[in-house]
Amino acid sequence: MAGSQRVYKQRIKSTQSLKKMFRAQELIAASRIGKARARTTAATPYARAITRAVSAVATHSLTNHPLTSERTDTNRVAVLVVASDRGMAGAYSASILRETERLVDRLTGEGKEVALYASGRRAISYYSFRGRELAGTWSYGSDAPTSEVATEIADTLLEAFLAPADEGGVSELHIVYTQFVNMVTQRPRVVRMLPLEVVEGVEPAGKHDVLPLYEFEPSPEAVLDALLPRYVRSRIFSCLLQAGASELAARQRAMHTATDNAEDLIRMYTRLANQARQADITQEISEIVSGADALASA
Amino acid sequence: MAQLNVDLVAADRKIWSGEAKSVSAPAADGEIGILADHSPLLSVLRPGTVRIKGSSGGPFEVEVTGGFLSVDANLVTIVADSATVVAGSESV
Repeated sequence: MAGSQRVYKQRIKSTQSLKKMFRAQELIAASRIGKARARTTAATPYARAITRAVSAVATHSLTNHPLTSERTDTNRVAVLVVASDRGMAGAYSASILRETERLVDRLTGEGKEVALYASGRRAISYYSFRGRELAGTWSYGSDAPTSEVATEIADTLLEAFLAPADEGGVSELHIVYTQFVNMVTQRPRVVRMLPLEVVEGVEPAGKHDVLPLYEFEPSPEAVLDALLPRYVRSRIFSCLLQAGASELAARQRAMHTATDNAEDLIRMYTRLANQARQADITQEISEIVSGADALASA
Repeated sequence: MAQLNVDLVAADRKIWSGEAKSVSAPAADGEIGILADHSPLLSVLRPGTVRIKGSSGGPFEVEVTGGFLSVDANLVTIVADSATVVAGSESV
């Protein structure tokens, strides 16, 4: 019986060290999430300025830009998956990949050919393990994306969108990312980024606001040419930032649950170990007593 | 005299914001100077230096790699792709 006592002690020990790891991960995620949210806030003025400018140009000159017009010459579409670099975030990666699979199924059902772009090691390994071809991969610190990474991703995708059909051009770009609603809710979301549709978040002109008549330098077309790619970049950057914040929130929650579970296990194993010890003692006593009895009766 | 309200933002942060007497920037067709009551303008920026003469404190200079500039009812918004401060300090 002494054996089972030892086994329980070992389990308690290993669960305790796991618990320490979970706790550390939880604290790390909790300390980083503040920074991630601050970054999201810091990127807002830029996004707002771009959106205002784009809507200003759009209301003044309805020029047909390649980025806003539908392409019909190819049935290839691009899908960008924004997942995490590391696990230990509960269902975060699984749910984003499930959402992607659903989108891919739907697009394939519509007779489209899907070119997958993956960012984050979890997505890359998921697809390479299944032998699926990826058109582009990025792995950066997924919980702290920089604007350089966003620019790189956006430029690759814009290039694909503007490329001719026979050189791997795509007619649409969808992004699957996790929207950060608040600390407890993060939602996987699919957005169609290209071709650009209505400009989101356009402030409706108030009664007394007269829309200014802008002068464009060098020309409205050139300004739009410079603005739209920046707009796409800033949208992609904001997707990455939100996904990063969501990842940290998911990790914090998952690790908190794991810590709680570890505590439960430790409590259970402690009970079992106590029981085993008690059983050992009882057995030993009865052995001694029966031994003494045997000696006395002999 | 009216003042300009200036916002200078980069992709990941706000760099300078406040009231200013004048702004000069490398616009697409050449260096442009903006004083109060400038007509509405939307211009692409070339790489170069943006100078802001604040109404308080010294001048603020920042090196930009590109971006754009919008002027609208004394509200100047400069959007830089990436920016390095040359002179003066960031103020938000």
